[in-house]
Amino acid sequence: MAVTPGKPASSGASRSPILGAVMFAPSVLFIVLLIGVPFCLAVLYAFSDARIGSSGLHFVGLENFRSILQSPSFRKALRNSIVFTLCAQAIVIVCSNVLSIALEKPFRGRGLVRFLILLPWVAPVSLGTIGWKWILDSIYSVITWVLVAFHFVKPYSAPMWLGEPHLAMASVILVHCWRLIPFSTVIMLAGRSAISKEIPEAAAIDGAGFWRTTFQINLPMMAPILSVAVLFGIIFTFTDMTVVYILTAGGPFDSTQTLPSLAFATGIAGSDLAAGAAISLFLVPVLVLVAYLMLRVAHRAEVV
Amino acid sequence: MAVVETRNLTKVFKQGELGAVNDVSLITEEGEFLVFLGPSGSGKTTLLRMIAGLETPTSGEILIGGQVVNRLSPRERRIAMVFQSYALYPHLTVYKNIAFPLKAQGVPTTEHRKKVEWAAGLLGIGKLLDRKPRELSGGERQRVALARAIVREPAVFLLDEPLSNLDAKLRASAREELERFHESVGTTTIYVTHDQVEAMAMGDRIVVMNFGEVRQVGTPAEVYDEPADTFVATFLGSPPMNLVEKEDVVVGFRPEHFFPVSVLAGRAAVPDPMRGADREGPYVPLNLRVSHEEYLGSERILYGAIEGGAFHGKKVISRMSSTLSVRCDPGSVHAFAVTERHLKFYDRSTGKRTAARPGPWR
Repeated sequence: MAVTPGKPASSGASRSPILGAVMFAPSVLFIVLLIGVPFCLAVLYAFSDARIGSSGLHFVGLENFRSILQSPSFRKALRNSIVFTLCAQAIVIVCSNVLSIALEKPFRGRGLVRFLILLPWVAPVSLGTIGWKWILDSIYSVITWVLVAFHFVKPYSAPMWLGEPHLAMASVILVHCWRLIPFSTVIMLAGRSAISKEIPEAAAIDGAGFWRTTFQINLPMMAPILSVAVLFGIIFTFTDMTVVYILTAGGPFDSTQTLPSLAFATGIAGSDLAAGAAISLFLVPVLVLVAYLMLRVAHRAEVV
Repeated sequence: MAVVETRNLTKVFKQGELGAVNDVSLITEEGEFLVFLGPSGSGKTTLLRMIAGLETPTSGEILIGGQVVNRLSPRERRIAMVFQSYALYPHLTVYKNIAFPLKAQGVPTTEHRKKVEWAAGLLGIGKLLDRKPRELSGGERQRVALARAIVREPAVFLLDEPLSNLDAKLRASAREELERFHESVGTTTIYVTHDQVEAMAMGDRIVVMNFGEVRQVGTPAEVYDEPADTFVATFLGSPPMNLVEKEDVVVGFRPEHFFPVSVLAGRAAVPDPMRGADREGPYVPLNLRVSHEEYLGSERILYGAIEGGAFHGKKVISRMSSTLSVRCDPGSVHAFAVTERHLKFYDRSTGKRTAARPGPWR
């Protein structure tokens, strides 16, 4: 997987520094305006008493952090975020691996199947999630309807998919998996196709069966790309609030509240900008750590 | 050690198309070094992959050690294969690469070290055991691949162009090493190559293939000296055999048997020390208009066309030792000749070898 960037053949940028700056500017602007400025604002707010509608800013030190650390809903959201991320990633990695194995060899209609599997990723998050909201609805749920029709559950004691704490968490996790699996599958397929066809053949001749080839040859060889998939997956999951917000809005009883949805609920919906900013700042060290770890793993596992 | 046999083996990749391998029946001898030789697309690799169990035959049978193995997986066939790319496991050290087949076949862990060290010692890579494949040179990788193949003591070795990734100099020494290796282990070996020099140098017998069919099976001397058809005649030998047509036959002669008459006459008078008093016998004189000459150090190659006679205008090649100081300037016509006993005759329509025809061949 080692990609060595080639030396630029002739330095057009050095001959015309303005052209280089112009080409570079859009991405710098994008990062500064859409990531840098909001981040600095969040840091500023987190140490102030900013509220929606308030005119002045007063520096309050660590007061915001002290109060959110003492709030039970923050601790619950932190725990939920971790559960949500770990469970979703475990399911996504296993499923996308199985899918990539299934989709690797050509078969009739593979193109169509690949297209269908990619759809959840291509479709807008909100639309897909609203679809799921109906599928999991307490009254109109097709899942409940099927279960009732097959007499697995009684109509009057049907599960409330989004209304019971554990079921709601499971639903949120599964919908998020549905959304992330295509992305992860595409990355895995790329990693799999980068393995020379002769390597699994050599393993077969050496006497390795399916499991040994998968776990001792293919997966270790895919480690760098696997860690890229996990890295992106964790970031997408840990920072995602769309699925939670649309399906349960954090309920019931904060049982599906995650850090991003709590930050939104506190900072925007609850108009306490300072507390919301402080909550969202808790995401930063976790994400920086994850990014650092994964890049290290990717670097160390570099093969060939 | 075991004998490999194929019976009417056929592989068709796409229905309705010509098979990649057509009706191939072969049998190796015990401990033999058999070479499959052919141009790319001749089906030699497909044939090898069917024997290995990586490709399912469309019809026909494969036998290893007298047992039909068509339905057996590669691991049950007790074969070892070295791939063109070596297919080393890049994330494992050399030691673990070599030990992998032992692990996969359930050999007790306590025996691994002894066996790996034996195989590594045999190939002189004992010092590389802790390295990763990417830290090895091409020649070292090839030896690791061989060690991984030998370590479980297979019944048959299958080698798929194992030298084609090495540079020319290394290839010659690796070839010699492979030969010695085969002599020391004595396992039946099937070797696929498109390089006739490798085939001639290493093979006990050569199977010449083209378009999925076996054109000739024989020792290197047999396939070179007595090619069974015009394909074998032109595929083996560099430059290839001259083929000139007359009526319903194609007459073939090797470039190294096509000399200036003066050289041939001189030869007939002075007995060749290597061949004793053997006489060259009657010869066919042919006039050659030389078009250009290549000087290759140890030999000279003359390209030209026959001038006059039944073969007028046919392009032919002459190859002679550069110790012969005959001047052959491009553009001029020279008296050349080939002895009659070096002429081969092929049927013009089938390309197959036919009985010798009486002359005159001018």
